Amino acid sequence: MLAKRIIPCLDIKDGATVKGVNFLDLQSVGDPVELGRKYAMEGADELVYLDISATSEGRNTFTDLVSRIAENINIPFTVGGGIATLDDAARLLTAGADKVTINSAAVRRPELIDEIASRYGNQFVVVAIDAKTINGVWTVTTHGGKQLSERELFIWAHEAQERGAGEILFTSMDHDGTKNGYPCETYARLCDDLSIPVIASGGAGSVEDIADVLTKGKADAALAASIFHYGEIPIPVLKQALLEKNINVRI
Amino acid sequence: MIAVIDYKCGNLRSVGNALHRIGAEYQITSDPAVIRSASHVILPGVGEASSTMRALQKDGLDQVVLSLTQPVLGICIGMQLMCRYSEEGDVNCLGIFDTDVRKLPGSDTLKIPHIGWNTVQPLPVETRHALSLQTGLPDETYFYYVHSFAPAICEQTTAITGYGVPFSAILQNGNFFGTQFHPEKSGEAGEIMLKNFMKL
Repeated sequence: MLAKRIIPCLDIKDGATVKGVNFLDLQSVGDPVELGRKYAMEGADELVYLDISATSEGRNTFTDLVSRIAENINIPFTVGGGIATLDDAARLLTAGADKVTINSAAVRRPELIDEIASRYGNQFVVVAIDAKTINGVWTVTTHGGKQLSERELFIWAHEAQERGAGEILFTSMDHDGTKNGYPCETYARLCDDLSIPVIASGGAGSVEDIADVLTKGKADAALAASIFHYGEIPIPVLKQALLEKNINVRI
Repeated sequence: MIAVIDYKCGNLRSVGNALHRIGAEYQITSDPAVIRSASHVILPGVGEASSTMRALQKDGLDQVVLSLTQPVLGICIGMQLMCRYSEEGDVNCLGIFDTDVRKLPGSDTLKIPHIGWNTVQPLPVETRHALSLQTGLPDETYFYYVHSFAPAICEQTTAITGYGVPFSAILQNGNFFGTQFHPEKSGEAGEIMLKNFMKL
Protein backbone atom coordinates (compact mmCIF):
# COMPACT_ATOMS: atom_id res chain seq x y z
CA MET A 1 0.00 0.00 0.00
CA LEU A 2 1.29 3.42 -0.96
CA ALA A 3 2.44 5.35 2.10
CA LYS A 4 1.65 8.98 2.82
CA ARG A 5 4.89 10.93 2.53
CA ILE A 6 6.54 13.17 5.10
CA ILE A 7 8.78 15.71 3.42
CA PRO A 8 11.03 18.14 5.26
CA CYS A 9 11.52 21.32 3.29
CA LEU A 10 14.82 23.10 3.40
CA ASP A 11 14.67 26.70 2.27
CA ILE A 12 18.10 27.74 1.06
CA LYS A 13 19.51 31.24 1.11
CA ASP A 14 23.17 31.85 0.34
CA GLY A 15 23.97 28.15 0.84
CA ALA A 16 22.39 27.82 4.29
CA THR A 17 19.04 26.44 5.41
CA VAL A 18 16.65 29.09 6.59
CA LYS A 19 13.05 29.27 7.66
CA GLY A 20 11.14 32.45 8.16
CA VAL A 21 7.70 33.36 9.39
CA ASN A 22 5.57 34.25 6.38
CA PHE A 23 8.74 34.16 4.27
CA LEU A 24 10.26 37.08 6.18
CA ASP A 25 12.50 37.31 9.23
CA LEU A 26 14.87 34.58 8.09
CA GLN A 27 16.82 32.59 10.62
CA SER A 28 19.64 30.22 9.73
CA VAL A 29 19.01 26.63 10.81
CA GLY A 30 21.92 24.62 9.47
CA ASP A 31 23.99 23.11 6.66
CA PRO A 32 21.65 21.84 3.91
CA VAL A 33 23.50 18.60 3.21
CA GLU A 34 24.00 17.63 6.87
CA LEU A 35 20.42 18.49 7.72
CA GLY A 36 19.12 16.52 4.73
CA ARG A 37 21.18 13.48 5.63
CA LYS A 38 19.93 13.63 9.20
CA TYR A 39 16.33 13.76 8.00
CA ALA A 40 16.88 10.85 5.58
CA MET A 41 18.29 8.72 8.40
CA GLU A 42 15.35 9.65 10.62
CA GLY A 43 12.85 8.40 8.04
CA ALA A 44 12.01 11.36 5.82
CA ASP A 45 10.43 10.05 2.62
CA GLU A 46 11.75 12.80 0.37
CA LEU A 47 13.42 16.16 0.72
CA VAL A 48 12.64 19.45 -0.95
CA TYR A 49 15.31 22.13 -1.33
CA LEU A 50 14.00 25.52 -2.34
CA ASP A 51 16.33 28.37 -3.19
CA ILE A 52 14.00 31.02 -1.87
CA SER A 53 16.23 33.91 -2.75
CA ALA A 54 16.80 32.84 -6.34
CA THR A 55 13.77 34.28 -8.06
CA SER A 56 13.71 37.57 -6.24
CA GLU A 57 17.35 38.25 -6.83
CA GLY A 58 17.39 36.86 -10.33
CA ARG A 59 20.05 34.37 -9.41
CA ASN A 60 20.50 31.04 -11.02
CA THR A 61 19.86 27.96 -8.95
CA PHE A 62 22.38 26.27 -6.81
CA THR A 63 23.86 23.54 -8.96
CA ASP A 64 26.92 22.84 -6.82
CA LEU A 65 24.83 22.32 -3.71
CA VAL A 66 22.54 20.01 -5.68
CA SER A 67 25.53 17.87 -6.67
CA ARG A 68 26.62 17.57 -3.03
CA ILE A 69 23.09 16.68 -1.96
CA ALA A 70 22.86 13.99 -4.66
CA GLU A 71 26.14 12.45 -3.53
CA ASN A 72 25.13 12.27 0.11
CA ILE A 73 21.41 11.59 0.25
CA ASN A 74 19.86 8.16 -0.47
CA ILE A 75 16.23 9.26 -0.83
CA PRO A 76 14.60 11.35 -3.56
CA PHE A 77 14.94 15.09 -3.48
CA THR A 78 13.32 17.93 -5.34
CA VAL A 79 14.93 21.26 -6.03
CA GLY A 80 13.41 24.57 -6.94
CA GLY A 81 13.82 28.27 -6.95
CA GLY A 82 14.52 30.37 -10.00
CA ILE A 83 14.07 27.63 -12.60
CA ALA A 84 13.02 29.58 -15.68
CA THR A 85 14.11 27.50 -18.67
CA LEU A 86 14.42 23.94 -19.93
CA ASP A 87 18.20 24.38 -19.64
CA ASP A 88 17.90 25.20 -15.93
CA ALA A 89 15.96 21.98 -15.42
CA ALA A 90 18.44 19.97 -17.51
CA ARG A 91 21.37 21.28 -15.47
CA LEU A 92 19.70 20.25 -12.21
CA LEU A 93 18.84 16.79 -13.58
CA THR A 94 22.47 16.36 -14.57
CA ALA A 95 23.57 17.49 -11.11
CA GLY A 96 21.44 14.70 -9.64
CA ALA A 97 18.07 16.22 -8.74
CA ASP A 98 15.15 13.80 -8.96
CA LYS A 99 12.55 16.45 -9.59
CA VAL A 100 12.35 20.17 -10.07
CA THR A 101 9.69 22.50 -8.80
CA ILE A 102 8.77 25.46 -10.88
CA ASN A 103 6.76 28.32 -9.54
CA SER A 104 6.99 31.95 -10.69
CA ALA A 105 8.39 31.08 -14.12
CA ALA A 106 5.47 28.75 -14.82
CA VAL A 107 2.97 31.44 -13.84
CA ARG A 108 4.76 33.83 -16.19
CA ARG A 109 5.15 31.31 -19.01
CA PRO A 110 3.03 28.15 -18.52
CA GLU A 111 4.59 26.47 -21.59
CA LEU A 112 7.63 25.80 -19.41
CA ILE A 113 5.66 22.98 -17.77
CA ASP A 114 4.99 21.36 -21.17
CA GLU A 115 8.62 21.74 -22.20
CA ILE A 116 10.13 20.12 -19.12
CA ALA A 117 7.47 17.41 -18.89
CA SER A 118 7.76 16.39 -22.51
CA ARG A 119 11.55 16.21 -22.31
CA TYR A 120 12.01 14.56 -18.91
CA GLY A 121 8.61 13.14 -18.06
CA ASN A 122 5.73 14.33 -15.88
CA GLN A 123 7.32 12.80 -12.80
CA PHE A 124 10.19 15.27 -13.03
CA VAL A 125 7.97 18.37 -12.82
CA VAL A 126 6.46 19.54 -9.56
CA VAL A 127 4.49 22.74 -9.96
CA ALA A 128 4.67 24.74 -6.76
CA ILE A 129 1.83 27.12 -6.13
CA ASP A 130 1.94 29.80 -3.44
CA ALA A 131 -1.49 31.28 -2.93
CA LYS A 132 -3.30 33.49 -0.48
CA THR A 133 -6.88 34.51 -0.02
CA ILE A 134 -7.73 37.95 -1.36
CA ASN A 135 -11.36 38.84 -0.70
CA GLY A 136 -12.13 35.14 -0.34
CA VAL A 137 -10.43 34.13 -3.60
CA TRP A 138 -7.38 31.87 -3.51
CA THR A 139 -5.01 34.03 -5.53
CA VAL A 140 -1.72 32.71 -6.87
CA THR A 141 1.33 34.69 -5.84
CA THR A 142 4.87 34.72 -7.25
CA HIS A 143 8.34 35.72 -6.10
CA GLY A 144 8.02 34.07 -2.70
CA GLY A 145 4.62 35.56 -2.05
CA LYS A 146 5.65 39.10 -2.82
CA GLN A 147 3.63 39.56 -6.01
CA LEU A 148 0.02 38.77 -6.75
CA SER A 149 -0.81 37.17 -10.08
CA GLU A 150 -4.13 37.17 -11.90
CA ARG A 151 -4.49 33.41 -11.53
CA GLU A 152 -6.85 31.54 -9.25
CA LEU A 153 -5.53 28.50 -7.38
CA PHE A 154 -7.89 25.76 -8.60
CA ILE A 155 -7.89 26.88 -12.23
CA TRP A 156 -4.12 27.22 -12.28
CA ALA A 157 -3.54 23.86 -10.59
CA HIS A 158 -5.76 22.18 -13.18
CA GLU A 159 -3.97 23.90 -16.05
CA ALA A 160 -0.61 22.83 -14.59
CA GLN A 161 -1.82 19.24 -14.46
CA GLU A 162 -3.06 19.37 -18.07
CA ARG A 163 0.27 20.78 -19.18
CA GLY A 164 2.17 17.88 -17.64
CA ALA A 165 2.87 18.54 -13.97
CA GLY A 166 3.51 15.32 -12.06
CA GLU A 167 2.67 16.77 -8.65
CA ILE A 168 1.32 19.97 -7.16
CA LEU A 169 3.01 21.50 -4.14
CA PHE A 170 0.55 23.95 -2.69
CA THR A 171 1.57 26.42 0.00
CA SER A 172 -0.95 28.66 1.66
CA MET A 173 0.76 31.98 2.21
CA ASP A 174 -1.89 32.70 4.82
CA HIS A 175 -0.65 29.76 6.88
CA ASP A 176 3.03 29.29 6.02
CA GLY A 177 5.26 29.50 9.06
CA THR A 178 2.40 30.29 11.42
CA LYS A 179 2.02 26.76 12.86
CA ASN A 180 -1.73 27.25 12.92
CA GLY A 181 -2.43 24.21 10.71
CA TYR A 182 -3.20 23.72 7.04
CA PRO A 183 -6.38 24.91 5.26
CA CYS A 184 -7.78 21.38 5.00
CA GLU A 185 -10.97 22.19 3.10
CA THR A 186 -8.95 23.89 0.39
CA TYR A 187 -6.63 20.90 0.16
CA ALA A 188 -9.52 18.45 -0.01
CA ARG A 189 -11.06 20.37 -2.89
CA LEU A 190 -7.72 20.57 -4.68
CA CYS A 191 -7.10 16.83 -4.23
CA ASP A 192 -10.58 16.01 -5.50
CA ASP A 193 -10.11 18.28 -8.52
CA LEU A 194 -6.77 16.81 -9.56
CA SER A 195 -5.67 13.36 -10.70
CA ILE A 196 -2.02 13.95 -9.71
CA PRO A 197 -0.60 13.89 -6.17
CA VAL A 198 -0.84 16.98 -3.99
CA ILE A 199 1.79 17.90 -1.43
CA ALA A 200 0.55 20.06 1.42
CA SER A 201 2.88 22.77 2.61
CA GLY A 202 2.90 25.59 5.11
CA GLY A 203 1.38 25.81 8.52
CA ALA A 204 2.16 22.58 10.36
CA GLY A 205 2.52 23.13 14.08
CA SER A 206 1.51 19.77 15.50
CA VAL A 207 1.04 16.07 14.74
CA GLU A 208 -2.70 16.76 14.55
CA ASP A 209 -2.18 19.38 11.82
CA ILE A 210 -0.31 16.89 9.66
CA ALA A 211 -2.75 14.06 10.41
CA ASP A 212 -5.61 16.39 9.44
CA VAL A 213 -4.17 17.44 6.08
CA LEU A 214 -3.42 13.80 5.19
CA THR A 215 -6.95 12.66 6.08
CA LYS A 216 -9.49 15.53 5.98
CA GLY A 217 -7.29 17.40 3.51
CA LYS A 218 -6.78 14.22 1.43
CA ALA A 219 -3.18 15.26 0.68
CA ASP A 220 -0.74 12.63 -0.57
CA ALA A 221 2.19 14.12 1.29
CA ALA A 222 2.89 16.71 3.93
CA LEU A 223 5.78 19.08 3.72
CA ALA A 224 7.01 21.03 6.71
CA ALA A 225 10.06 22.90 7.88
CA SER A 226 10.02 24.64 11.27
CA ILE A 227 8.75 21.69 13.28
CA PHE A 228 11.63 19.59 11.99
CA HIS A 229 14.36 22.24 11.92
CA TYR A 230 13.80 23.26 15.51
CA GLY A 231 13.40 19.66 16.68
CA GLU A 232 9.88 20.30 17.92
CA ILE A 233 8.50 17.12 16.33
CA PRO A 234 11.24 14.66 15.31
CA ILE A 235 10.29 12.64 12.21
CA PRO A 236 10.27 9.22 13.98
CA VAL A 237 7.91 10.62 16.64
CA LEU A 238 5.66 12.12 13.97
CA LYS A 239 5.50 8.91 11.92
CA GLN A 240 4.78 6.74 14.94
CA ALA A 241 1.99 9.10 15.97
CA LEU A 242 0.51 9.04 12.44
CA LEU A 243 0.67 5.25 12.39
CA GLU A 244 -1.24 5.17 15.68
CA LYS A 245 -3.92 7.25 13.95
CA ASN A 246 -4.12 4.56 11.22
CA ILE A 247 -2.40 6.74 8.64
CA ASN A 248 -0.17 4.57 6.47
CA VAL A 249 3.42 5.81 6.67
CA ARG A 250 6.76 4.12 6.07
CA ILE A 251 8.52 3.28 9.33
CA MET B 1 33.34 -2.92 -12.37
CA ILE B 2 29.71 -2.03 -12.98
CA ALA B 3 28.84 -0.39 -16.29
CA VAL B 4 25.97 2.10 -16.07
CA ILE B 5 24.67 2.46 -19.61
CA ASP B 6 24.59 6.07 -20.76
CA TYR B 7 22.00 6.54 -23.48
CA LYS B 8 21.26 10.18 -22.60
CA CYS B 9 17.99 9.26 -20.92
CA GLY B 10 18.02 9.62 -17.28
CA ASN B 11 19.36 10.39 -13.95
CA LEU B 12 22.63 8.50 -14.40
CA ARG B 13 24.23 10.57 -11.73
CA SER B 14 21.87 9.29 -9.04
CA VAL B 15 22.61 5.65 -9.91
CA GLY B 16 26.33 6.45 -9.89
CA ASN B 17 26.06 8.22 -6.55
CA ALA B 18 24.22 5.26 -5.02
CA LEU B 19 26.88 2.85 -6.27
CA HIS B 20 29.55 5.13 -4.85
CA ARG B 21 27.83 5.19 -1.46
CA ILE B 22 27.89 1.38 -1.24
CA GLY B 23 31.54 1.29 -2.29
CA ALA B 24 31.03 -0.16 -5.79
CA GLU B 25 33.31 0.68 -8.69
CA TYR B 26 31.36 1.89 -11.66
CA GLN B 27 31.67 3.63 -14.98
CA ILE B 28 28.96 5.58 -16.78
CA THR B 29 29.49 4.64 -20.39
CA SER B 30 28.00 4.21 -23.84
CA ASP B 31 31.01 2.24 -25.12
CA PRO B 32 29.87 -1.28 -26.15
CA ALA B 33 33.30 -2.75 -25.36
CA VAL B 34 33.25 -1.36 -21.81
CA ILE B 35 29.66 -2.55 -21.30
CA ARG B 36 30.43 -6.05 -22.59
CA SER B 37 33.51 -6.42 -20.39
CA ALA B 38 31.85 -5.15 -17.19
CA SER B 39 31.12 -7.63 -14.38
CA HIS B 40 27.63 -6.15 -13.96
CA VAL B 41 25.54 -3.80 -16.06
CA ILE B 42 22.82 -1.35 -15.04
CA LEU B 43 20.32 0.07 -17.51
CA PRO B 44 18.80 3.10 -15.77
CA GLY B 45 16.44 5.58 -17.28
CA VAL B 46 13.98 8.36 -16.84
CA GLY B 47 11.59 9.43 -19.50
CA GLU B 48 9.03 8.28 -21.99
CA ALA B 49 9.24 4.73 -23.38
CA SER B 50 9.22 5.31 -27.14
CA SER B 51 11.79 8.12 -27.04
CA THR B 52 14.05 6.25 -24.60
CA MET B 53 13.77 3.10 -26.77
CA ARG B 54 14.82 5.13 -29.82
CA ALA B 55 17.73 6.57 -27.84
CA LEU B 56 18.83 3.06 -26.86
CA GLN B 57 18.62 1.91 -30.49
CA LYS B 58 20.39 4.97 -31.84
CA ASP B 59 23.91 3.68 -31.19
CA GLY B 60 23.03 0.00 -31.31
CA LEU B 61 22.98 -0.28 -27.51
CA ASP B 62 19.76 -2.33 -27.72
CA GLN B 63 21.73 -5.13 -29.43
CA VAL B 64 24.53 -4.78 -26.88
CA VAL B 65 22.07 -5.26 -24.00
CA LEU B 66 20.53 -8.31 -25.67
CA SER B 67 23.97 -9.89 -26.05
CA LEU B 68 24.98 -9.56 -22.38
CA THR B 69 25.57 -12.68 -20.26
CA GLN B 70 26.64 -11.02 -16.99
CA PRO B 71 24.04 -9.81 -14.42
CA VAL B 72 22.04 -6.93 -15.89
CA LEU B 73 19.70 -4.72 -13.85
CA GLY B 74 17.11 -2.52 -15.51
CA ILE B 75 15.69 0.22 -13.30
CA CYS B 76 12.27 1.80 -13.92
CA ILE B 77 12.14 2.74 -17.61
CA GLY B 78 15.26 0.59 -18.06
CA MET B 79 13.26 -2.41 -16.88
CA GLN B 80 10.31 -1.43 -19.03
CA LEU B 81 12.52 -1.31 -22.13
CA MET B 82 13.52 -4.91 -21.35
CA CYS B 83 9.86 -6.01 -21.68
CA ARG B 84 8.15 -6.98 -24.98
CA TYR B 85 6.14 -3.86 -25.58
CA SER B 86 5.11 -0.59 -23.92
CA GLU B 87 1.78 1.16 -24.28
CA GLU B 88 3.61 4.43 -23.61
CA GLY B 89 4.29 5.64 -27.13
CA ASP B 90 3.11 2.28 -28.57
CA VAL B 91 6.62 0.87 -28.88
CA ASN B 92 8.13 -2.58 -29.22
CA CYS B 93 10.91 -3.12 -26.69
CA LEU B 94 13.70 -5.64 -26.14
CA GLY B 95 11.55 -8.67 -25.27
CA ILE B 96 13.81 -9.99 -22.53
CA PHE B 97 10.88 -10.16 -20.11
CA ASP B 98 7.80 -11.91 -21.43
CA THR B 99 5.32 -9.19 -20.53
CA ASP B 100 3.91 -5.87 -21.69
CA VAL B 101 4.02 -2.48 -20.01
CA ARG B 102 0.58 -0.99 -19.40
CA LYS B 103 -0.65 2.32 -18.03
CA LEU B 104 -1.67 2.09 -14.39
CA PRO B 105 -5.46 2.43 -14.14
CA GLY B 106 -5.62 5.00 -11.34
CA SER B 107 -8.88 6.11 -9.77
CA ASP B 108 -10.37 8.95 -7.78
CA THR B 109 -8.21 7.99 -4.84
CA LEU B 110 -5.24 6.49 -6.71
CA LYS B 111 -3.28 9.33 -8.26
CA ILE B 112 -1.19 8.87 -11.40
CA PRO B 113 1.85 9.02 -11.46
CA HIS B 114 2.26 6.47 -8.69
CA ILE B 115 4.74 8.44 -6.62
CA GLY B 116 6.18 7.46 -3.28
CA TRP B 117 7.03 4.51 -1.10
CA ASN B 118 5.08 1.32 -1.63
CA THR B 119 5.55 -2.20 -0.30
CA VAL B 120 7.14 -4.97 -2.35
CA GLN B 121 5.83 -8.49 -1.84
CA PRO B 122 8.14 -11.31 -2.98
CA LEU B 123 6.42 -14.24 -4.69
CA PRO B 124 7.13 -17.71 -3.30
CA VAL B 125 9.36 -18.92 -6.08
CA GLU B 126 11.77 -21.43 -4.56
CA THR B 127 13.26 -22.38 -7.90
CA ARG B 128 14.82 -18.96 -8.40
CA HIS B 129 18.45 -18.19 -7.73
CA ALA B 130 19.37 -18.94 -4.15
CA LEU B 131 20.96 -15.53 -4.08
CA SER B 132 18.48 -12.96 -5.30
CA LEU B 133 17.98 -9.22 -5.23
CA GLN B 134 15.70 -9.68 -2.23
CA THR B 135 18.12 -11.49 0.11
CA GLY B 136 17.99 -10.00 3.60
CA LEU B 137 14.95 -7.85 2.86
CA PRO B 138 11.75 -8.64 4.77
CA ASP B 139 8.42 -9.05 2.97
CA GLU B 140 6.54 -5.78 2.59
CA THR B 141 9.71 -3.71 2.47
CA TYR B 142 9.06 -0.18 1.20
CA PHE B 143 10.72 0.99 -2.02
CA TYR B 144 10.44 4.28 -3.85
CA TYR B 145 8.33 4.45 -7.01
CA VAL B 146 7.81 7.14 -9.62
CA HIS B 147 5.94 5.91 -12.68
CA SER B 148 2.68 5.88 -14.61
CA PHE B 149 3.22 2.63 -16.53
CA ALA B 150 4.16 -0.80 -15.21
CA PRO B 151 4.86 -4.32 -16.48
CA ALA B 152 1.99 -6.76 -16.07
CA ILE B 153 2.60 -9.85 -13.94
CA CYS B 154 4.10 -12.79 -15.81
CA GLU B 155 6.06 -16.02 -15.24
CA GLN B 156 9.21 -13.99 -14.66
CA THR B 157 7.70 -11.81 -11.92
CA THR B 158 9.53 -12.43 -8.63
CA ALA B 159 7.85 -9.70 -6.57
CA ILE B 160 4.71 -7.64 -6.90
CA THR B 161 3.39 -4.30 -5.73
CA GLY B 162 -0.23 -3.26 -5.64
CA TYR B 163 -1.54 0.10 -6.77
CA GLY B 164 -5.13 -0.41 -7.85
CA VAL B 165 -3.87 -3.48 -9.64
CA PRO B 166 -0.89 -5.70 -8.82
CA PHE B 167 2.06 -5.28 -11.19
CA SER B 168 5.61 -6.62 -11.54
CA ALA B 169 7.84 -4.94 -8.98
CA ILE B 170 10.78 -7.20 -9.81
CA LEU B 171 11.32 -9.31 -12.93
CA GLN B 172 14.00 -11.88 -13.58
CA ASN B 173 14.91 -13.89 -16.66
CA GLY B 174 18.24 -15.68 -16.27
CA ASN B 175 20.94 -13.03 -15.88
CA PHE B 176 18.49 -10.20 -16.52
CA PHE B 177 16.82 -8.44 -13.58
CA GLY B 178 14.54 -5.46 -13.45
CA THR B 179 12.97 -3.31 -10.76
CA GLN B 180 10.07 -0.95 -11.39
CA PHE B 181 11.02 0.98 -8.24
CA HIS B 182 14.23 2.93 -7.77
CA PRO B 183 16.68 1.07 -5.49
CA GLU B 184 19.09 3.98 -5.86
CA LYS B 185 16.54 6.21 -4.14
CA SER B 186 15.13 3.73 -1.63
CA GLY B 187 17.29 4.48 1.39
CA GLU B 188 18.83 1.55 3.23
CA ALA B 189 16.58 -1.06 1.61
CA GLY B 190 17.71 0.07 -1.81
CA GLU B 191 21.34 -0.10 -0.78
CA ILE B 192 20.89 -3.69 0.43
CA MET B 193 19.33 -4.56 -2.93
CA LEU B 194 22.14 -2.96 -4.93
CA LYS B 195 24.68 -4.84 -2.80
CA ASN B 196 22.76 -8.06 -3.53
CA PHE B 197 22.98 -7.27 -7.24
CA MET B 198 26.74 -6.75 -6.97
CA LYS B 199 27.08 -10.21 -5.37
CA LEU B 200 25.29 -11.97 -8.25
